[in-house]
Amino acid sequence: MNRLDFEIIKNVIKDNSRILDIGCENGELLKFLNKGKKIDGRGLEISQKNVNICVKHGLSVVQGDADKDLISYPSKSFDFVILSQTLQATRSPEKVLNELTRISKRAIVSFPNFGTWLVRLKLLFKGVMPQLKSLPHTWYTTPNIHLCTIKDFKQLCNKNSIKIEQNFYLDKNGKKITNFIKKFFNNFFSLSGLFVLKK
Amino acid sequence: MKNKIKNSKKFALLGIKKPLKLDNGKNLKNFKIFYQTYGKLNKSKNNTILICHALSGDQYAAGQNPITKRPGWWSKAIGPNLPIDTNKFFVICSNILGGCLGSSGPKEINPKTKRVFNMSFPVITIRDMVNAQKMLIDELGIKKLLCVIGGSAGGFQALQWAANYPEIVISAIPIATSFRHSAQNIAFHEVGRQAIMSDPNWCNGNYINKKKRPEKGLSVARMLAHITYLSEEAFQRKFGRNLQNKLSLTYGFKTDFQVESYLKYQGQTFVDRFDANSYLYITRAMDYFDLPSQKKDGLKNIFKNTPVKFCVISFTSDWVYPTKYSKEIVDSLNAVGANVSFVEIQTDKGHDAFLLDEKEFNGTVRGFLKATANKIGF
Repeated sequence: MNRLDFEIIKNVIKDNSRILDIGCENGELLKFLNKGKKIDGRGLEISQKNVNICVKHGLSVVQGDADKDLISYPSKSFDFVILSQTLQATRSPEKVLNELTRISKRAIVSFPNFGTWLVRLKLLFKGVMPQLKSLPHTWYTTPNIHLCTIKDFKQLCNKNSIKIEQNFYLDKNGKKITNFIKKFFNNFFSLSGLFVLKK
Repeated sequence: MKNKIKNSKKFALLGIKKPLKLDNGKNLKNFKIFYQTYGKLNKSKNNTILICHALSGDQYAAGQNPITKRPGWWSKAIGPNLPIDTNKFFVICSNILGGCLGSSGPKEINPKTKRVFNMSFPVITIRDMVNAQKMLIDELGIKKLLCVIGGSAGGFQALQWAANYPEIVISAIPIATSFRHSAQNIAFHEVGRQAIMSDPNWCNGNYINKKKRPEKGLSVARMLAHITYLSEEAFQRKFGRNLQNKLSLTYGFKTDFQVESYLKYQGQTFVDRFDANSYLYITRAMDYFDLPSQKKDGLKNIFKNTPVKFCVISFTSDWVYPTKYSKEIVDSLNAVGANVSFVEIQTDKGHDAFLLDEKEFNGTVRGFLKATANKIGF
Protein backbone atom coordinates (compact mmCIF):
# COMPACT_ATOMS: atom_id res chain seq x y z
CA MET A 1 0.00 0.00 0.00
CA ASN A 2 1.31 3.45 -0.80
CA ARG A 3 0.64 7.00 0.28
CA LEU A 4 -1.87 7.55 -2.52
CA ASP A 5 -3.96 4.69 -1.16
CA PHE A 6 -3.73 6.36 2.24
CA GLU A 7 -5.08 9.62 0.86
CA ILE A 8 -8.09 7.94 -0.70
CA ILE A 9 -8.82 6.06 2.52
CA LYS A 10 -8.42 9.23 4.56
CA ASN A 11 -10.96 10.99 2.37
CA VAL A 12 -13.45 8.15 2.72
CA ILE A 13 -13.22 7.98 6.50
CA LYS A 14 -15.27 10.46 8.47
CA ASP A 15 -14.14 12.24 11.60
CA ASN A 16 -14.85 10.63 14.98
CA SER A 17 -15.18 7.17 13.54
CA ARG A 18 -14.02 3.98 15.11
CA ILE A 19 -11.90 2.05 12.65
CA LEU A 20 -10.13 -1.29 12.48
CA ASP A 21 -7.15 -1.67 10.17
CA ILE A 22 -6.79 -5.36 9.39
CA GLY A 23 -3.23 -6.30 8.54
CA CYS A 24 -2.02 -2.94 9.81
CA GLU A 25 1.66 -3.97 9.59
CA ASN A 26 3.74 -1.42 11.52
CA GLY A 27 0.85 1.00 11.90
CA GLU A 28 1.70 3.39 9.02
CA LEU A 29 -1.91 3.94 7.98
CA LEU A 30 -3.21 4.30 11.55
CA LYS A 31 -0.53 6.89 12.28
CA PHE A 32 -1.33 8.67 9.02
CA LEU A 33 -5.04 8.77 9.84
CA ASN A 34 -4.34 9.86 13.41
CA LYS A 35 -2.53 12.93 12.14
CA GLY A 36 -5.23 14.62 10.11
CA LYS A 37 -8.31 13.01 11.60
CA LYS A 38 -10.02 12.45 14.89
CA ILE A 39 -10.41 8.71 14.89
CA ASP A 40 -10.51 5.85 17.35
CA GLY A 41 -8.19 3.49 15.52
CA ARG A 42 -7.45 -0.15 16.21
CA GLY A 43 -5.32 -2.65 14.40
CA LEU A 44 -5.18 -6.38 13.81
CA GLU A 45 -1.84 -7.71 12.67
CA ILE A 46 -0.56 -11.21 12.15
CA SER A 47 3.13 -10.56 12.81
CA GLN A 48 3.90 -10.22 16.50
CA LYS A 49 6.97 -8.17 15.69
CA ASN A 50 4.86 -5.59 13.89
CA VAL A 51 2.32 -5.58 16.72
CA ASN A 52 5.04 -4.76 19.21
CA ILE A 53 6.22 -1.86 17.03
CA CYS A 54 2.65 -0.52 16.86
CA VAL A 55 2.04 -0.70 20.61
CA LYS A 56 5.39 0.97 21.28
CA HIS A 57 4.09 3.83 19.14
CA GLY A 58 0.96 4.02 21.25
CA LEU A 59 -1.40 2.33 18.80
CA SER A 60 -4.07 -0.14 19.95
CA VAL A 61 -3.18 -3.26 18.08
CA VAL A 62 -3.69 -6.94 18.77
CA GLN A 63 -2.01 -9.93 17.25
CA GLY A 64 -4.44 -11.89 15.15
CA ASP A 65 -5.42 -13.43 11.85
CA ALA A 66 -8.08 -12.02 9.49
CA ASP A 67 -9.14 -15.56 8.61
CA LYS A 68 -9.74 -16.64 12.20
CA ASP A 69 -10.17 -13.71 14.55
CA LEU A 70 -12.79 -11.41 13.00
CA ILE A 71 -15.44 -13.75 14.33
CA SER A 72 -14.84 -12.53 17.90
CA TYR A 73 -15.83 -8.93 17.08
CA PRO A 74 -19.47 -7.99 17.60
CA SER A 75 -21.63 -6.87 14.67
CA LYS A 76 -21.30 -3.26 13.51
CA SER A 77 -18.68 -2.53 16.15
CA PHE A 78 -16.66 -0.31 13.80
CA ASP A 79 -17.61 2.57 11.55
CA PHE A 80 -14.95 1.46 9.09
CA VAL A 81 -12.78 -1.59 8.69
CA ILE A 82 -9.91 -1.50 6.26
CA LEU A 83 -8.48 -4.51 4.47
CA SER A 84 -5.78 -3.22 2.20
CA GLN A 85 -4.13 -5.49 -0.38
CA THR A 86 -4.73 -8.53 1.81
CA LEU A 87 -7.97 -10.15 0.63
CA GLN A 88 -6.11 -12.18 -2.00
CA ALA A 89 -3.88 -13.66 0.70
CA THR A 90 -6.70 -14.91 2.94
CA ARG A 91 -7.74 -18.53 3.04
CA SER A 92 -11.44 -17.83 2.65
CA PRO A 93 -12.01 -14.47 0.95
CA GLU A 94 -15.78 -14.95 0.86
CA LYS A 95 -15.98 -15.56 4.59
CA VAL A 96 -13.62 -12.66 5.29
CA LEU A 97 -15.71 -10.31 3.11
CA ASN A 98 -18.84 -11.29 4.98
CA GLU A 99 -17.13 -10.85 8.34
CA LEU A 100 -15.80 -7.42 7.27
CA THR A 101 -19.24 -6.18 6.35
CA ARG A 102 -20.77 -7.75 9.46
CA ILE A 103 -18.46 -6.10 11.99
CA SER A 104 -18.46 -2.68 10.29
CA LYS A 105 -20.86 -0.12 8.98
CA ARG A 106 -18.54 0.27 5.99
CA ALA A 107 -15.63 -1.84 4.78
CA ILE A 108 -12.80 -0.46 2.69
CA VAL A 109 -11.20 -3.22 0.63
CA SER A 110 -8.41 -2.94 -1.88
CA PHE A 111 -6.65 -5.64 -3.88
CA PRO A 112 -4.44 -6.08 -6.96
CA ASN A 113 -6.46 -6.58 -10.10
CA PHE A 114 -5.52 -9.77 -11.90
CA GLY A 115 -7.58 -8.68 -14.89
CA THR A 116 -5.25 -5.84 -15.84
CA TRP A 117 -4.01 -5.80 -19.44
CA LEU A 118 -0.46 -6.19 -18.14
CA VAL A 119 -1.28 -9.58 -16.64
CA ARG A 120 -3.27 -10.64 -19.68
CA LEU A 121 -0.46 -9.62 -22.01
CA LYS A 122 2.26 -11.37 -20.04
CA LEU A 123 0.28 -14.55 -19.74
CA LEU A 124 -0.68 -14.48 -23.42
CA PHE A 125 2.81 -13.89 -24.80
CA LYS A 126 5.12 -15.33 -22.18
CA GLY A 127 2.93 -18.18 -20.89
CA VAL A 128 4.29 -17.91 -17.33
CA MET A 129 2.72 -16.54 -14.15
CA PRO A 130 3.00 -12.76 -14.44
CA GLN A 131 5.11 -10.74 -12.01
CA LEU A 132 4.30 -7.05 -11.70
CA LYS A 133 5.08 -4.22 -9.30
CA SER A 134 1.77 -4.94 -7.60
CA LEU A 135 2.37 -8.71 -7.76
CA PRO A 136 6.09 -9.02 -7.18
CA HIS A 137 6.29 -12.68 -6.07
CA THR A 138 7.03 -15.79 -8.05
CA TRP A 139 4.19 -18.30 -8.22
CA TYR A 140 5.97 -20.54 -5.71
CA THR A 141 6.69 -17.86 -3.09
CA THR A 142 3.56 -15.75 -3.36
CA PRO A 143 1.28 -15.37 -0.33
CA ASN A 144 -1.47 -14.47 -2.81
CA ILE A 145 -3.45 -17.67 -2.96
CA HIS A 146 -6.77 -16.19 -4.07
CA LEU A 147 -6.06 -13.66 -6.78
CA CYS A 148 -9.06 -12.22 -8.57
CA THR A 149 -10.07 -9.63 -11.12
CA ILE A 150 -12.23 -6.61 -10.39
CA LYS A 151 -15.07 -8.36 -12.22
CA ASP A 152 -14.64 -11.47 -10.03
CA PHE A 153 -14.73 -9.31 -6.93
CA LYS A 154 -17.88 -7.50 -7.97
CA GLN A 155 -19.58 -10.81 -8.71
CA LEU A 156 -18.64 -12.13 -5.27
CA CYS A 157 -20.05 -9.00 -3.62
CA ASN A 158 -23.20 -9.38 -5.65
CA LYS A 159 -23.55 -13.04 -4.68
CA ASN A 160 -23.35 -12.09 -1.01
CA SER A 161 -25.66 -9.04 -1.32
CA ILE A 162 -22.81 -6.71 -0.43
CA LYS A 163 -23.37 -3.24 -1.80
CA ILE A 164 -20.46 -1.39 -3.40
CA GLU A 165 -20.94 2.22 -2.34
CA GLN A 166 -17.84 3.74 -3.83
CA ASN A 167 -15.18 2.49 -6.18
CA PHE A 168 -11.72 3.73 -7.02
CA TYR A 169 -9.71 2.33 -9.91
CA LEU A 170 -6.00 2.84 -9.58
CA ASP A 171 -3.22 2.93 -12.15
CA LYS A 172 0.26 1.56 -11.73
CA ASN A 173 1.30 4.60 -9.68
CA GLY A 174 -1.62 4.11 -7.33
CA LYS A 175 -3.35 7.16 -8.79
CA LYS A 176 -7.07 7.31 -9.37
CA ILE A 177 -7.96 6.65 -13.00
CA THR A 178 -10.00 9.58 -14.26
CA ASN A 179 -10.05 8.89 -17.98
CA PHE A 180 -13.62 8.04 -18.90
CA ILE A 181 -12.81 5.17 -21.25
CA LYS A 182 -10.27 3.60 -18.89
CA LYS A 183 -12.77 3.94 -16.07
CA PHE A 184 -15.41 2.19 -18.12
CA PHE A 185 -13.02 -0.65 -18.96
CA ASN A 186 -11.65 -0.63 -15.42
CA ASN A 187 -11.12 -4.39 -15.26
CA PHE A 188 -8.73 -4.03 -18.19
CA PHE A 189 -6.97 -0.80 -17.33
CA SER A 190 -6.59 -0.65 -13.55
CA LEU A 191 -3.76 -2.25 -11.59
CA SER A 192 -5.77 -2.33 -8.41
CA GLY A 193 -9.19 -1.48 -7.06
CA LEU A 194 -10.37 0.09 -3.84
CA PHE A 195 -13.97 -0.35 -2.81
CA VAL A 196 -16.22 0.91 -0.05
CA LEU A 197 -18.64 -1.86 0.87
CA LYS A 198 -21.78 -2.03 2.92
CA LYS A 199 -24.19 -4.72 3.93
CA MET B 1 17.96 13.84 39.03
CA LYS B 2 14.41 14.92 39.74
CA ASN B 3 12.20 12.90 42.07
CA LYS B 4 14.91 10.75 43.50
CA ILE B 5 13.57 7.41 44.62
CA LYS B 6 13.26 7.11 48.36
CA ASN B 7 11.52 4.46 50.41
CA SER B 8 10.06 5.17 53.82
CA LYS B 9 7.55 3.60 56.16
CA LYS B 10 4.14 4.80 55.07
CA PHE B 11 0.82 3.31 55.99
CA ALA B 12 -2.86 4.08 56.12
CA LEU B 13 -5.26 2.91 58.79
CA LEU B 14 -8.42 1.93 56.92
CA GLY B 15 -11.88 0.55 57.58
CA ILE B 16 -12.39 2.74 60.63
CA LYS B 17 -15.77 4.24 59.80
CA LYS B 18 -16.83 1.63 57.28
CA PRO B 19 -15.37 -1.88 57.38
CA LEU B 20 -14.08 -3.74 54.35
CA LYS B 21 -16.70 -6.27 53.31
CA LEU B 22 -14.83 -9.46 52.46
CA ASP B 23 -15.86 -12.07 49.91
CA ASN B 24 -16.17 -14.65 52.69
CA GLY B 25 -18.96 -12.58 54.22
CA LYS B 26 -16.98 -11.22 57.14
CA ASN B 27 -16.09 -7.60 57.81
CA LEU B 28 -12.57 -6.34 58.32
CA LYS B 29 -12.29 -3.29 60.55
CA ASN B 30 -9.29 -1.14 61.44
CA PHE B 31 -6.81 -2.66 59.08
CA LYS B 32 -3.51 -1.29 57.84
CA ILE B 33 -2.18 -0.98 54.32
CA PHE B 34 1.49 -0.12 53.96
CA TYR B 35 2.44 1.64 50.76
CA GLN B 36 5.09 3.62 48.92
CA THR B 37 4.75 6.50 46.50
CA TYR B 38 7.22 7.70 43.90
CA GLY B 39 7.09 10.88 41.86
CA LYS B 40 4.62 13.71 42.36
CA LEU B 41 0.87 13.96 41.98
CA ASN B 42 0.16 16.66 39.39
CA LYS B 43 -2.33 19.48 39.82
CA SER B 44 -5.11 17.83 37.86
CA LYS B 45 -4.52 14.64 39.86
CA ASN B 46 -4.60 12.50 36.74
CA ASN B 47 -1.06 11.10 36.63
CA THR B 48 -1.38 8.30 39.18
CA ILE B 49 -0.19 4.82 38.31
CA LEU B 50 -1.03 2.00 40.67
CA ILE B 51 1.42 -0.89 40.74
CA CYS B 52 0.03 -4.20 41.97
CA HIS B 53 2.61 -6.63 43.25
CA ALA B 54 2.68 -10.39 42.79
CA LEU B 55 2.68 -13.23 45.34
CA SER B 56 6.10 -12.60 46.80
CA GLY B 57 6.34 -8.88 46.06
CA ASP B 58 5.94 -5.91 48.36
CA GLN B 59 5.43 -2.16 48.39
CA TYR B 60 9.11 -1.47 47.71
CA ALA B 61 8.77 -1.58 43.93
CA ALA B 62 11.40 1.04 43.13
CA GLY B 63 14.64 2.28 44.63
CA GLN B 64 16.29 0.21 47.33
CA ASN B 65 14.31 -2.19 49.48
CA PRO B 66 15.12 -1.01 53.03
CA ILE B 67 14.72 -4.53 54.45
CA THR B 68 16.73 -6.63 52.02
CA LYS B 69 19.01 -3.70 51.04
CA ARG B 70 18.60 -4.92 47.49
CA PRO B 71 17.00 -3.05 44.57
CA GLY B 72 13.19 -2.92 44.69
CA TRP B 73 11.49 -5.73 42.75
CA TRP B 74 10.64 -3.49 39.81
CA SER B 75 13.40 -0.92 40.10
CA LYS B 76 14.34 -1.63 36.49
CA ALA B 77 10.97 -0.35 35.29
CA ILE B 78 10.05 2.38 37.79
CA GLY B 79 12.15 5.50 38.26
CA PRO B 80 13.21 8.73 36.62
CA ASN B 81 13.26 8.29 32.81
CA LEU B 82 12.44 4.60 33.11
CA PRO B 83 9.34 3.14 31.35
CA ILE B 84 7.20 4.02 34.37
CA ASP B 85 8.73 7.45 34.56
CA THR B 86 8.57 9.01 38.03
CA ASN B 87 9.38 12.41 36.53
CA LYS B 88 5.97 12.27 34.88
CA PHE B 89 3.86 9.90 36.91
CA PHE B 90 2.83 9.57 40.52
CA VAL B 91 3.37 5.91 41.32
CA ILE B 92 1.70 4.09 44.20
CA CYS B 93 2.53 0.57 45.26
CA SER B 94 0.90 -0.97 48.31
CA ASN B 95 1.58 -4.17 50.19
CA ILE B 96 -1.43 -6.36 49.49
CA LEU B 97 -3.91 -7.28 52.18
CA GLY B 98 -2.62 -10.51 53.71
CA GLY B 99 0.95 -9.57 52.81
CA CYS B 100 3.75 -9.58 55.35
CA LEU B 101 5.43 -6.20 55.06
CA GLY B 102 3.16 -4.24 57.34
CA SER B 103 -0.27 -4.54 55.78
CA SER B 104 -2.80 -6.47 57.83
CA GLY B 105 -2.22 -10.17 57.49
CA PRO B 106 -1.76 -13.32 59.55
CA LYS B 107 1.44 -12.14 61.25
CA GLU B 108 -0.01 -8.80 62.43
CA ILE B 109 -1.84 -8.10 65.67
CA ASN B 110 -5.61 -8.42 65.63
CA PRO B 111 -6.71 -5.03 67.01
CA LYS B 112 -9.73 -6.67 68.62
CA THR B 113 -7.93 -9.40 70.58
CA LYS B 114 -4.51 -7.69 70.76
CA ARG B 115 -2.99 -11.02 69.76
CA VAL B 116 -1.34 -12.17 66.56
CA PHE B 117 -3.92 -13.20 63.97
CA ASN B 118 -2.17 -16.37 62.78
CA MET B 119 -4.78 -18.59 61.14
CA SER B 120 -7.65 -16.53 62.56
CA PHE B 121 -6.98 -13.96 59.84
CA PRO B 122 -9.92 -14.23 57.44
CA VAL B 123 -9.32 -16.03 54.14
CA ILE B 124 -9.19 -13.26 51.57
CA THR B 125 -9.53 -12.99 47.79
CA ILE B 126 -7.96 -10.92 45.02
CA ARG B 127 -11.14 -8.83 45.01
CA ASP B 128 -10.70 -8.14 48.73
CA MET B 129 -7.14 -6.98 48.08
CA VAL B 130 -8.37 -4.65 45.34
CA ASN B 131 -11.17 -3.27 47.51
CA ALA B 132 -8.60 -2.57 50.22
CA GLN B 133 -6.44 -0.73 47.67
CA LYS B 134 -9.51 1.25 46.62
CA MET B 135 -9.93 2.39 50.23
CA LEU B 136 -6.28 3.46 50.24
CA ILE B 137 -6.73 5.43 47.00
CA ASP B 138 -9.79 7.13 48.49
CA GLU B 139 -7.81 7.94 51.62
CA LEU B 140 -5.11 9.54 49.47
CA GLY B 141 -7.77 11.63 47.71
CA ILE B 142 -7.17 10.12 44.28
CA LYS B 143 -10.18 9.87 41.99
CA LYS B 144 -8.58 8.60 38.77
CA LEU B 145 -5.93 6.03 38.02
CA LEU B 146 -4.13 6.67 34.76
CA CYS B 147 -3.06 3.04 34.78
CA VAL B 148 -3.17 -0.05 36.96
CA ILE B 149 -0.20 -2.28 36.21
CA GLY B 150 0.63 -5.69 37.55
CA GLY B 151 2.29 -8.96 36.64
CA SER B 152 1.16 -12.43 37.68
CA ALA B 153 -1.07 -12.05 40.80
CA GLY B 154 -0.59 -8.32 40.23
CA GLY B 155 -2.22 -8.88 36.84
CA PHE B 156 -5.20 -10.49 38.59
CA GLN B 157 -5.52 -7.30 40.60
CA ALA B 158 -5.20 -5.10 37.50
CA LEU B 159 -8.01 -7.06 35.81
CA GLN B 160 -10.12 -6.95 38.97
CA TRP B 161 -9.60 -3.18 39.23
CA ALA B 162 -10.74 -2.73 35.63
CA ALA B 163 -13.74 -4.97 36.24
CA ASN B 164 -14.86 -3.33 39.49
CA TYR B 165 -13.89 0.31 39.05
CA PRO B 166 -14.10 1.25 35.34
CA GLU B 167 -15.02 4.80 36.33
CA ILE B 168 -11.67 5.20 38.10
CA VAL B 169 -9.32 3.15 35.95
CA ILE B 170 -8.33 4.82 32.67
CA SER B 171 -6.08 2.01 31.51
CA ALA B 172 -4.73 -1.32 32.67
CA ILE B 173 -1.65 -3.40 31.85
CA PRO B 174 -2.17 -7.00 32.95
CA ILE B 175 1.13 -8.81 32.44
CA ALA B 176 1.98 -12.53 32.40
CA THR B 177 -1.37 -13.29 33.92
CA SER B 178 -4.70 -15.04 33.51
CA PHE B 179 -8.38 -14.55 34.21
CA ARG B 180 -8.52 -17.58 36.49
CA HIS B 181 -6.30 -20.11 38.22
CA SER B 182 -6.07 -23.35 36.32
CA ALA B 183 -6.02 -26.83 37.88
CA GLN B 184 -2.25 -26.93 37.37
CA ASN B 185 -1.80 -23.51 39.03
CA ILE B 186 -3.80 -24.70 42.03
CA ALA B 187 -1.87 -27.97 42.10
CA PHE B 188 1.53 -26.26 42.33
CA HIS B 189 0.25 -23.96 45.07
CA GLU B 190 -1.14 -26.87 47.02
CA VAL B 191 2.23 -28.63 47.04
CA GLY B 192 3.77 -25.42 48.38
CA ARG B 193 1.17 -25.12 51.10
CA GLN B 194 1.52 -28.77 52.06
CA ALA B 195 5.29 -28.28 52.38
CA ILE B 196 4.70 -25.42 54.83
CA MET B 197 1.96 -27.11 56.82
CA SER B 198 3.88 -30.36 57.18
CA ASP B 199 6.87 -28.56 58.67
CA PRO B 200 6.72 -29.40 62.43
CA ASN B 201 7.70 -25.80 63.14
CA TRP B 202 4.50 -24.56 61.53
CA CYS B 203 2.66 -25.52 64.77
CA ASN B 204 -0.81 -25.34 63.17
CA GLY B 205 0.00 -21.81 62.15
CA ASN B 206 0.88 -20.60 65.65
CA TYR B 207 4.65 -20.56 65.13
CA ILE B 208 5.01 -16.89 66.12
CA ASN B 209 3.58 -17.56 69.60
CA LYS B 210 5.79 -20.65 69.91
CA LYS B 211 8.82 -18.63 68.74
CA LYS B 212 9.47 -21.01 65.90
CA ARG B 213 9.65 -20.62 62.11
CA PRO B 214 8.64 -23.18 59.47
CA GLU B 215 11.70 -22.31 57.42
CA LYS B 216 12.17 -25.71 55.81
CA GLY B 217 8.59 -25.86 54.59
CA LEU B 218 8.53 -22.31 53.28
CA SER B 219 11.84 -22.71 51.49
CA VAL B 220 10.71 -25.93 49.78
CA ALA B 221 7.53 -24.12 48.71
CA ARG B 222 9.63 -21.34 47.23
CA MET B 223 12.03 -23.72 45.51
CA LEU B 224 9.15 -25.49 43.82
CA ALA B 225 7.46 -22.23 42.82
CA HIS B 226 10.73 -20.83 41.51
CA ILE B 227 11.05 -23.73 39.07
CA THR B 228 7.71 -22.74 37.57
CA TYR B 229 8.78 -19.08 37.24
CA LEU B 230 11.63 -19.97 34.91
CA SER B 231 11.54 -21.95 31.69
CA GLU B 232 13.22 -25.19 30.74
CA GLU B 233 15.45 -23.25 28.32
CA ALA B 234 16.43 -20.71 30.97
CA PHE B 235 17.44 -23.44 33.43
CA GLN B 236 19.45 -25.19 30.76
CA ARG B 237 21.09 -21.95 29.63
CA LYS B 238 21.95 -20.88 33.18
CA PHE B 239 23.07 -24.17 34.72
CA GLY B 240 23.08 -27.07 32.31
CA ARG B 241 24.56 -29.99 34.24
CA ASN B 242 27.29 -27.86 35.78
CA LEU B 243 28.61 -29.09 39.10
CA GLN B 244 28.74 -26.90 42.19
CA ASN B 245 32.33 -26.26 43.33
CA LYS B 246 33.46 -29.73 42.43
CA LEU B 247 35.01 -31.61 39.57
CA SER B 248 33.09 -34.84 39.77
CA LEU B 249 29.92 -36.35 41.18
CA THR B 250 30.06 -37.20 44.91
CA TYR B 251 27.75 -40.21 44.81
CA GLY B 252 25.86 -38.67 47.71
CA PHE B 253 22.89 -36.43 48.35
CA LYS B 254 24.57 -33.14 49.10
CA THR B 255 24.59 -30.34 46.55
CA ASP B 256 26.23 -31.77 43.44
CA PHE B 257 24.66 -29.58 40.79
CA GLN B 258 24.67 -25.81 40.42
CA VAL B 259 20.94 -25.79 39.89
CA GLU B 260 20.44 -27.42 43.31
CA SER B 261 22.56 -24.79 44.96
CA TYR B 262 20.67 -22.05 43.14
CA LEU B 263 17.29 -23.34 44.28
CA LYS B 264 18.45 -23.71 47.87
CA TYR B 265 19.71 -20.14 47.78
CA GLN B 266 16.35 -18.97 46.41
CA GLY B 267 14.57 -20.82 49.20
CA GLN B 268 16.88 -19.47 51.89
CA THR B 269 16.71 -15.81 50.86
CA PHE B 270 12.94 -16.12 50.67
CA VAL B 271 12.45 -17.35 54.24
CA ASP B 272 14.53 -14.41 55.45
CA ARG B 273 11.98 -11.97 54.09
CA PHE B 274 8.64 -13.76 53.87
CA ASP B 275 6.05 -15.07 56.29
CA ALA B 276 4.84 -18.66 55.88
CA ASN B 277 1.22 -17.98 56.78
CA SER B 278 1.11 -15.04 54.40
CA TYR B 279 2.25 -17.46 51.71
CA LEU B 280 -0.70 -19.71 52.54
CA TYR B 281 -3.21 -16.86 52.48
CA ILE B 282 -1.98 -15.24 49.27
CA THR B 283 -1.69 -18.50 47.32
CA ARG B 284 -5.23 -19.32 48.46
CA ALA B 285 -6.49 -15.96 47.24
CA MET B 286 -4.85 -16.64 43.87
CA ASP B 287 -6.42 -20.10 43.67
CA TYR B 288 -9.83 -18.59 44.35
CA PHE B 289 -9.37 -16.10 41.51
CA ASP B 290 -11.91 -16.83 38.79
CA LEU B 291 -12.93 -13.56 37.14
CA PRO B 292 -15.52 -14.99 34.69
CA SER B 293 -17.40 -16.60 37.59
CA GLN B 294 -18.06 -13.18 39.11
CA LYS B 295 -20.80 -12.42 36.60
CA LYS B 296 -23.30 -14.34 34.53
CA ASP B 297 -21.96 -14.95 31.01
CA GLY B 298 -18.39 -14.50 32.24
CA LEU B 299 -15.65 -12.25 30.94
CA LYS B 300 -17.66 -10.68 28.13
CA ASN B 301 -20.30 -9.46 30.53
CA ILE B 302 -17.71 -8.26 33.02
CA PHE B 303 -16.09 -5.96 30.48
CA LYS B 304 -19.23 -5.00 28.54
CA ASN B 305 -19.08 -1.29 27.62
CA THR B 306 -15.82 -0.89 29.51
CA PRO B 307 -14.12 2.47 28.91
CA VAL B 308 -10.82 1.04 30.17
CA LYS B 309 -7.95 0.88 27.69
CA PHE B 310 -6.08 -2.41 27.99
CA CYS B 311 -2.59 -3.50 27.08
CA VAL B 312 -2.26 -7.23 27.66
CA ILE B 313 1.28 -8.59 27.69
CA SER B 314 2.42 -12.21 27.74
CA PHE B 315 5.72 -14.03 27.38
CA THR B 316 6.34 -16.93 25.01
CA SER B 317 8.10 -19.15 27.57
CA ASP B 318 5.72 -18.48 30.49
CA TRP B 319 4.19 -21.81 31.45
CA VAL B 320 2.52 -20.59 34.64
CA TYR B 321 0.13 -18.34 32.73
CA PRO B 322 0.76 -19.18 29.06
CA THR B 323 -0.11 -16.80 26.23
CA LYS B 324 -3.36 -18.63 25.46
CA TYR B 325 -4.89 -17.25 28.66
CA SER B 326 -3.92 -13.70 27.72
CA LYS B 327 -5.36 -14.36 24.27
CA GLU B 328 -8.64 -15.40 25.82
CA ILE B 329 -8.78 -12.12 27.75
CA VAL B 330 -8.04 -10.23 24.53
CA ASP B 331 -10.71 -12.12 22.57
CA SER B 332 -13.30 -11.34 25.23
CA LEU B 333 -12.31 -7.68 25.23
CA ASN B 334 -12.52 -7.56 21.43
CA ALA B 335 -15.91 -9.20 21.61
CA VAL B 336 -17.24 -6.24 23.58
CA GLY B 337 -15.46 -3.70 21.41
CA ALA B 338 -13.04 -2.69 24.15
CA ASN B 339 -9.86 -0.79 23.36
CA VAL B 340 -7.20 -3.44 23.69
CA SER B 341 -3.62 -3.96 22.63
CA PHE B 342 -1.93 -7.30 22.93
CA VAL B 343 1.77 -8.01 22.82
CA GLU B 344 3.50 -11.34 23.21
CA ILE B 345 7.16 -10.95 24.07
CA GLN B 346 9.63 -13.48 22.69
CA THR B 347 11.83 -14.59 25.58
CA ASP B 348 13.19 -17.76 27.17
CA LYS B 349 13.09 -16.23 30.66
CA GLY B 350 9.71 -17.70 31.57
CA HIS B 351 7.06 -16.24 33.85
CA ASP B 352 9.51 -14.01 35.70
CA ALA B 353 10.47 -12.22 32.48
CA PHE B 354 8.37 -9.21 33.52
CA LEU B 355 10.70 -8.59 36.45
CA LEU B 356 13.76 -8.65 34.26
CA ASP B 357 15.06 -6.05 31.90
CA GLU B 358 13.37 -7.11 28.66
CA LYS B 359 13.85 -4.41 26.06
CA GLU B 360 10.72 -5.18 24.04
CA PHE B 361 8.66 -5.25 27.22
CA ASN B 362 9.97 -1.93 28.49
CA GLY B 363 9.30 -0.32 25.11
CA THR B 364 5.72 -1.56 25.11
CA VAL B 365 4.97 -0.28 28.62
CA ARG B 366 6.60 3.07 27.87
CA GLY B 367 4.76 3.51 24.55
CA PHE B 368 1.39 2.53 25.95
CA LEU B 369 1.68 4.82 28.97
CA LYS B 370 2.82 7.70 26.81
CA ALA B 371 -0.12 7.28 24.44
CA THR B 372 -2.56 7.00 27.34
CA ALA B 373 -1.16 10.13 28.98
CA ASN B 374 -1.31 12.01 25.65
CA LYS B 375 -4.93 11.04 25.21
CA ILE B 376 -6.02 12.60 28.46
CA GLY B 377 -3.89 15.61 27.77
CA PHE B 378 -0.59 15.69 29.58
